[in-house]
Amino acid sequence: MSVTRHLPSLVAVVLAVLALMPPPTAAQTTLRVVMHSDLKIVDPIWTTAYIVRNHGYLVYDTLFAMDAKGEIKPQMLDKVDVSKDQLTYTLTLRDGLLWHDGKPVTAEDCVASIKRWAAKDSMGQKMMGFVKDMAVVNAKTFRIVLSEPTGLVLGALGKPSSNVPFMMPKRVAETDPNTQISDFTGSGPFVFKKDDWKPGDKAIYVKFDQYKPRSEAPSGLAGGKVVKVDRVEWKWIPDHQTAINALLAGEVDMLESPPHDLYPVLKADANVRLFNSNPLGNQYTFRFNTLHKPFDNPKVRQAVLQAFNQEDFLKGVIGDPTYYKTCKSFFPCGSPMAATKPLDGYLDSNFEKSKALLKEASYDGTPLVLMHSTDLAVLNNLAPVAKSLLEKGGFKVDMVSMDWQTLVARRAKKDPPAAGGWHAFLTSWVAADILNPVMMGFLNASCEKAMFGWPCDKDIEGLRDAFARETNPAKQRQIAEQVQMRAVQYPTHVPLGQWYGAFALRKGVEGVLEAPVTVFWNVTKK
Amino acid sequence: MLPYIGRRLLATIPVMAVVAVVVFLLLRLTTGDPAAIIAGDNATSQDVAAIRTKLGLDRPMAQQFVIWIGNVVRGDFGESFFFKKPVSQLIAERLEPTLALAASTLLLAVTMAVPLGVLAAWRRGSWVDRAVMGLSVLGFSVPVFVIGYLLIYLVAIQLAWLPVQGYQRLADGVGGFVQRLILPSVTLAIVYVALIARITRASVLEVLGADHVRTARAKGLGDVTVLVRHVLRNAAVPIVTVIGLGVALLIGGVVVTESVYSIPGLGRLTVDAVLARDYPTVQAVILLFSVVYVLINLVVDLSYTFLDPRIRY
Repeated sequence: MSVTRHLPSLVAVVLAVLALMPPPTAAQTTLRVVMHSDLKIVDPIWTTAYIVRNHGYLVYDTLFAMDAKGEIKPQMLDKVDVSKDQLTYTLTLRDGLLWHDGKPVTAEDCVASIKRWAAKDSMGQKMMGFVKDMAVVNAKTFRIVLSEPTGLVLGALGKPSSNVPFMMPKRVAETDPNTQISDFTGSGPFVFKKDDWKPGDKAIYVKFDQYKPRSEAPSGLAGGKVVKVDRVEWKWIPDHQTAINALLAGEVDMLESPPHDLYPVLKADANVRLFNSNPLGNQYTFRFNTLHKPFDNPKVRQAVLQAFNQEDFLKGVIGDPTYYKTCKSFFPCGSPMAATKPLDGYLDSNFEKSKALLKEASYDGTPLVLMHSTDLAVLNNLAPVAKSLLEKGGFKVDMVSMDWQTLVARRAKKDPPAAGGWHAFLTSWVAADILNPVMMGFLNASCEKAMFGWPCDKDIEGLRDAFARETNPAKQRQIAEQVQMRAVQYPTHVPLGQWYGAFALRKGVEGVLEAPVTVFWNVTKK
Repeated sequence: MLPYIGRRLLATIPVMAVVAVVVFLLLRLTTGDPAAIIAGDNATSQDVAAIRTKLGLDRPMAQQFVIWIGNVVRGDFGESFFFKKPVSQLIAERLEPTLALAASTLLLAVTMAVPLGVLAAWRRGSWVDRAVMGLSVLGFSVPVFVIGYLLIYLVAIQLAWLPVQGYQRLADGVGGFVQRLILPSVTLAIVYVALIARITRASVLEVLGADHVRTARAKGLGDVTVLVRHVLRNAAVPIVTVIGLGVALLIGGVVVTESVYSIPGLGRLTVDAVLARDYPTVQAVILLFSVVYVLINLVVDLSYTFLDPRIRY
């Protein structure tokens, strides 16, 4: 029996076997990321925690989004019609938007989502104060009818940071706002793998193949959300050194927030690069408790503005000037509402002026209870710097050290400082959270309803309301400046400069977008 | 023996009750508010208050205790404030990494430390003895996290022989499971090797000078036979005791090692829960650790009867 005689049948068999074999599957691209925190809660409306907000941007989509220039652009929307009297906003969804379960996104879903978000978010509540009605026109269109014009609608619905108005299916959005959701169906570019989520270990997201990105190029949080990896894995490594070791060894591809003191280790490795994705950065802030002496007196608070200078704080915590900048504005420098004029003559560590103001205010030497958070590297050195400057400015200071979670609990107490309350603490805000007088929580001066510190000032509140009513951006900027002028006369807090953090990326990870929030569309991995 | 075991098991009930009260009170008296942590930094006081009500933290402390202890007696450890999962499920998910780490550490420590201790005693005063004791002092003195980072730097980063961090479940492959356990186990075992080797040496030295050992040698028995049949068995009681006590140390060591190597086990769960003031999880984990500790002590006590026929309960 010759081989040549049987060759045709042999070839036929081989071809048949090859035809029956499954096609070769393309290698899955997995981006492994160590985020700044563990994902314990997965309802971005229920909590304001940033890690949950970042989770939200993967799983959910938004009606509007902020682009790299800080402008609000339609995201899920195809058309936005505003009536001439600016009282009716008609919003029409884009074609082809689907939930992860394959059902179409409808106007009803969006109305329910806005209602749930607005019940929790302070800017949403402010916006709803102007809303007379929200009505579904058809499956893709709904209408927001206002009782009076406001410039808040786009700003609130395009809010980049917590709480972000993420759209959810109606059945999910109808969950009580004070109860966590248990159905994680979104319409965003990634699907959350609930069964693979191991709190304290990892969270997994896979590409949503049916997601329909916008045609525009990505810009900030707006534009086309084109997913270029198959899977994103958030690996929780609480120890910074271990996370950096894992990056150096190639076990992970990206660290969201490596500590500044370890940047030199990362820079020394040729396979790793640092990338500042958030040009607006963050702002350090000193918060007063206005309920108790001596900070119930605005003059004493002005003395603090005289005693402080931003450079000392920034140098003391960040160190490398590449990653900080002084900014004498309540709103972040580089953002539309920034104004440096109101703080001219302040924040220069003029201790003589500080002492003179204290004398004028008859400060009796009551020690300030300054809460010092010790466990977060980005905050740890702030309070000792503040103590030193305050003492030079004529204050007596009792610095009380504690972990951040204890501070968070104590700052909610209105008790006198000697009875477990407090006078002041320092914190940091993501710039995207404090872009205007309505968003900036520390400028809320509505007494009992204000954030911890409870400032109470009709003038600031009047200006914030005027800002909310104003629809002309130029006039909004004027009002924002007036708010800042008033915040110098009646200080609610002290801005202590801007700082920046960098992502650490393995070589081969490209396309990370500059945005106020860490997002994963457009990212490629070789 | 059975009545003794029964009495010992009954005695664990008041121990557990005391642990439960102390843990409950300690957590409530520690500053910090889980509701404020859950709500996030931008939350208003009203949001925090709503969450506190939802979690039942606005109730009087005594009422909270009665509800919790009642549920525990029925085998319900409650739901984690953060993970929104039953605590028992959370613990079950985290049990495997911790058990694997603890078991491999003990195995490594015992198989290394007992021969080293015996060798040091057998060659008392020699360079072997001095080397073993010197290394023991070093093992005691260097903190676990320093050993961990050094091993990671040398073995995982410079030599790239083993992974830096993480854990692979046994069900996902034996190779990866073993590979990821080596460095953490070695890190954690070093202190136990030091502890057990020193006790073994002291205990063996004591028995080596005993009359029955001299008699055995006089009968012409070989060194190995004397050591195995007449020395080790009599020296075993203190060694087993220290291994049992070591389990308590192991619980503390696991917390540090799991953090350094990013192993999602019970140690990490405890740290995360304490930092987040996740009361139900902390309470359950501490109770579990207490039960384990009490049971290990019981097993150690019972093992004495097998090792030394003179001990009877």
